[in-house]
Amino acid sequence: MGEALRADVAVVGAGPAGVAAACRASESGARVVLLDDNLAPGGQIHRHLPGDAPPPKARPWIDRLWKSGAQVVTAASLFDAEILGEEWRLRAIRGGQVHVVRARRVVVATGARELFMPFPGWTLPGVLGAGGAQALVKSGADLSGKRAVVAGSGPLLLSAAASLTGAGVRVVFVAEQAPLRAIASFGLRLLATPGKLLEGIWYRGAIAGSPCRTGFWVKAAGGEGRVERAHVTNGTRKLEIACDLVCAGWGLVPNLELPRLIGCEISAETVVVGRYQETTRSGVFAAGEVCGIAGAETAVAEGEIAGLAAAGALDENGADARCLFAARARGRLFGEELGKAFALRPEVLALAMPETLVCRCEDVPLSRLAAARSMREAKLATRAGMGACQGRVCGSALSRIRGFSSDSVRPPLVPVPMEALASEEEPT
Amino acid sequence: MRDRMTIRVDGRSVAVARGSTVAAALLGSGVPAFRTSVTGEPRGPLCAMGVCFECRVTIDGRPEERACMTLCRDGMEVLTRG
Amino acid sequence: MSAPRPDVAVVGAGIVGAACAEALAARGLRVEIFESGFPGAGSTGSAMGHLVVLDDSEAQFALSSFSRTLWENRTRELPAEVEDVPSGTLWVAADEEEMAHVRSKAAFYGARGVATEILDSKGVAEAEPNLRPGLAGGLRVPGDRILYPPAAARFLLSRAASGGARIRREEILEVGAGFVRSSAGRTDAGSVVVATGASSPSLLPGLAIVPKKGHLVITDRAPGFCRHQIIELGYLKSAHGGARESVAFNIQPRATGQMLLGSSRELAGFDASVNRSLVARMIARGKEYMPALARLSALRTWTGFRPATPDNLPFIGRWPALRDVWVAAGHEGLGITTSLGTARLLASLIVGEPPPIDPAPFAPDRRRPDA
Repeated sequence: MGEALRADVAVVGAGPAGVAAACRASESGARVVLLDDNLAPGGQIHRHLPGDAPPPKARPWIDRLWKSGAQVVTAASLFDAEILGEEWRLRAIRGGQVHVVRARRVVVATGARELFMPFPGWTLPGVLGAGGAQALVKSGADLSGKRAVVAGSGPLLLSAAASLTGAGVRVVFVAEQAPLRAIASFGLRLLATPGKLLEGIWYRGAIAGSPCRTGFWVKAAGGEGRVERAHVTNGTRKLEIACDLVCAGWGLVPNLELPRLIGCEISAETVVVGRYQETTRSGVFAAGEVCGIAGAETAVAEGEIAGLAAAGALDENGADARCLFAARARGRLFGEELGKAFALRPEVLALAMPETLVCRCEDVPLSRLAAARSMREAKLATRAGMGACQGRVCGSALSRIRGFSSDSVRPPLVPVPMEALASEEEPT
Repeated sequence: MRDRMTIRVDGRSVAVARGSTVAAALLGSGVPAFRTSVTGEPRGPLCAMGVCFECRVTIDGRPEERACMTLCRDGMEVLTRG
Repeated sequence: MSAPRPDVAVVGAGIVGAACAEALAARGLRVEIFESGFPGAGSTGSAMGHLVVLDDSEAQFALSSFSRTLWENRTRELPAEVEDVPSGTLWVAADEEEMAHVRSKAAFYGARGVATEILDSKGVAEAEPNLRPGLAGGLRVPGDRILYPPAAARFLLSRAASGGARIRREEILEVGAGFVRSSAGRTDAGSVVVATGASSPSLLPGLAIVPKKGHLVITDRAPGFCRHQIIELGYLKSAHGGARESVAFNIQPRATGQMLLGSSRELAGFDASVNRSLVARMIARGKEYMPALARLSALRTWTGFRPATPDNLPFIGRWPALRDVWVAAGHEGLGITTSLGTARLLASLIVGEPPPIDPAPFAPDRRRPDA
């Protein structure tokens, strides 16, 4: 039996939003527990190994976190949350043991994951996400000398290509599916946020020497038992590129399993929040990518608002709050522009052939899903979505390919030993 | 340059940088396929963040552990292909 | 030019509605099946799929054994996705009192031609090594089976369609003598069959069916963990008892190698949320019988609603309040098993054939048991 913790505010997710929320809430005098399933705080964007220094951009907030007094619980995967009276009871699994956190306020900052779109050959070993490849390199993978095609959509592509290049990977092609005009107008808007523009230019510099093309997408990966080549096209030109890795990520999708489980209202794949980041569930706040994909700065602003609100400290921080509202508004605009610029083109939504597997956990091809009209029907007819990932990968793809809304979210949010679900008694 | 340690993958010794995840170590040592799918396809990591479950291997006798979420430890025994 | 009037409108494409549609179409009737969600979206989609002969009453035995035989006779016809497996049931006895029950159960089945095998303590341990040592024994019923309910419902619907039945994805809001009505309009039909399970009272006011909520937990693949559907003998106490909440150990090996753990019963209306403390009790009960269960990896918990009646028998027959309206609902935890028998019985009543089993215990206008 693991720990039983009591807090005023429980923050779920230690990415930029969660760390900001935990800092603000704790500094305002609330007892805070911050849960994250990774080995160190920072989320995906500031992923680093425990014991290493955080990346420079993350440093100030993470240093602040360790000084804030918030209790940080890493390597803890949240598997259930329910309201008991006025208190939320969160249960997480950590090293095989159940940890329970009870708190009257919860901040959901569960961030985002990569969107994977099925295409012929995407299940071959060597096909990774773009962020996935970046994460592996940051987790110590020695891929120097390997040839990689980086493809898909969004600013993450260039960031991933830069990380890979820095780690000695030969990035032989970068294919951004969005057309140049969409990115160019996005780039012009970045002039309003010079920091971001510089970042983009830096990435481009970091991968100088790698051909980067807009309006191109990967349409297939080939090889015997592993990736050996990528087929890339712009609709008219076709290129076959020999490679060892295909790093394909098509944008980000928010991790909505926890807010769905809790019963927060969700609209257009975002948690519906009010002025103070409050969700439709009493005592529950949300911040960051779950409120719409809009990058780290927006996440921090929202996290600060949510942390102050959850700790009941907005009044005495009125001036701060006004700055934060402004930052949030700018950030939301950025997020909208991001979404428009990198919207997936119809050709990408149609990459999967009838025999292409859509559900990787249960090996269900697209053809078997033809008759289903909802995710639930697809599940019962084909087992798609019933495997270990419980529809996180195929569900996000199918919502875009077929317009399916997701099935209900049930506990456990991650697979846990049966005995973890039998844990009803906790030490007080 | 990071410290090295040794883990065993399918019976053979592999040197890995201290602080690597098991997935990073396996990929870096040239193991492309970690497991087999329900219809027998070879599979390797996809998301590297604990969401897709494609990187599952047996670690020190515990099956179905996500390699991307597990740090290497000296002397760890990893078995691939489920 | 609109389609000709169907002879029968079947409302509900769960396993019972699908079976009835097939049986009626096979008799040459023009059938239209109305389904508001998708086939098997209701209780069928949450169910365990255990084909079991029960001995809690003569009528229950008659219906369940007749039905089980019908399933056995069709085993070669069932497509692979139905995952029909002759696993058998193992009823386990924890102590001597329950062993006495095992012996009377064996006698009951034996006298009626259902093969069983009494196992002693060593016998159950050999039959299922993951059971805890020290159980008194058990009863093996080798003829019981397991299948996957949504696939079975789809199969029966496809047979109905081959027999000319048409499936319409419409929610029926009202049924009356000679018609059904959806938001799309009214469809006239010679007869109407209501097979909407726990929702049937909304179409047939006064029908004595209440939802009895159950939980199930499915694990990741653990092939070989058990081979039979294993049930504790206390199961029937849970199924028929009046307690607000009860659990009874019940585990099933699915064809995928996953284990499906039940069972719980509670009266909670149609609240589909997971009752964590009841799930905890259910798992604790399971661990008492199979300690190694504790370490299996749980993937998902869900709930479903069994359509329960006051005397634990379904309603199969004419609905007295409306001319030419029939009901086939209220099967509690036996809907999958008894779907085929229900369909044969109902079809015989509708077309005027001699009924295959005595219809009286299932008559919708039968006297209710005293409170």
